[in-house]
Amino acid sequence: MRRFADLNLRAPIEDMNKTENMFRKASELGYGLVAIPLPSEVTKEQISQLKRLCSKEELDFAARVTFAPRNSDELLQSLRRYRRRFEVIAVRCDTKDVARQAAKDRRVDLLQFSVTSLRKRFFDEAEAELASQALASLEIELAPLLQLTSISRVRLLSRLRREVAMATRFKVPVTVVSGATERLLMRGAHDYAALTTLFDMRSSSALGALSDNPWGIVERNRKKLSVDYVAPGIRVLGRQGDA
Amino acid sequence: MLKREKRRYLALAVVGEQLPSEEAVLDAVQASIHRLFGEYGASKANVRLIRKRPEKGQIVLCCSHKALEQVRAAIASTTVIDSKAEAVHVLGVSGTLKALSKKT
Repeated sequence: MRRFADLNLRAPIEDMNKTENMFRKASELGYGLVAIPLPSEVTKEQISQLKRLCSKEELDFAARVTFAPRNSDELLQSLRRYRRRFEVIAVRCDTKDVARQAAKDRRVDLLQFSVTSLRKRFFDEAEAELASQALASLEIELAPLLQLTSISRVRLLSRLRREVAMATRFKVPVTVVSGATERLLMRGAHDYAALTTLFDMRSSSALGALSDNPWGIVERNRKKLSVDYVAPGIRVLGRQGDA
Repeated sequence: MLKREKRRYLALAVVGEQLPSEEAVLDAVQASIHRLFGEYGASKANVRLIRKRPEKGQIVLCCSHKALEQVRAAIASTTVIDSKAEAVHVLGVSGTLKALSKKT
């Protein structure tokens, strides 16, 4: 049985009641893991409070941060400073310079692009090629598909179709997330998989983008963040004094 | 002889402030199919209201099995019913009503 994950549930952390309701809904809809974008200066207490709320609903919680740097230097600075504090790092690519740097940096997990300004979606062949050599995944938010109407939705669908085809060609993993800001915008994983058929994503790839890919990102980063991790392929199996 | 069209039965649950009537839900889903796939798509989907299960808070629709993914996409993209913000969730899909009632 597939374990589904939503790596971008936009629950407001300042309103814990609303956040708890959204976690409950995610659990009802069959998700096993959720991540909400946190401010970079979030405290460990806030993260553990969110983890507690999640475990009450039998959900796993991953701490995520979304950087929106103005240039690549700012991105590198943020990555150096915060990489080890969060389990998922997403980069909002509003300039080509940032998009290219994010795609080739192995510390970046998710590449996020604007849904309202399609000129700022820089996921082209060059970007896909860079991303395919690193670890970054293309993030596709589905809440805008529910909110946008008429021509703006048509344009977004058309762009997503092109990007998904490009990602498939260059073997860049795609991660589908909700981007839901409230309960009424949340849907089950199979409903999201059906929505992805609107931009010609195959059903099996869509289910992978809602389960295997996001779980893969979180598990890979958890291994890296564990105290036993030394380098890729090397980890501590036991310490002196251990039984 | 023309082959009988295979159907899929979908159990739906509506989430919102006030539960709308099943006709309103059907209208909203039809409108959503129309918006996404046009008249041709809507005619192929052949969505119909089968029954309501008020005791479970569910509505059962049926559609052509070939158009299941399109109908699910249309259901997922339904955000407004009777001018009120609502969400419709698919609780289960089956080829027979008997199996559907076992599932949901």
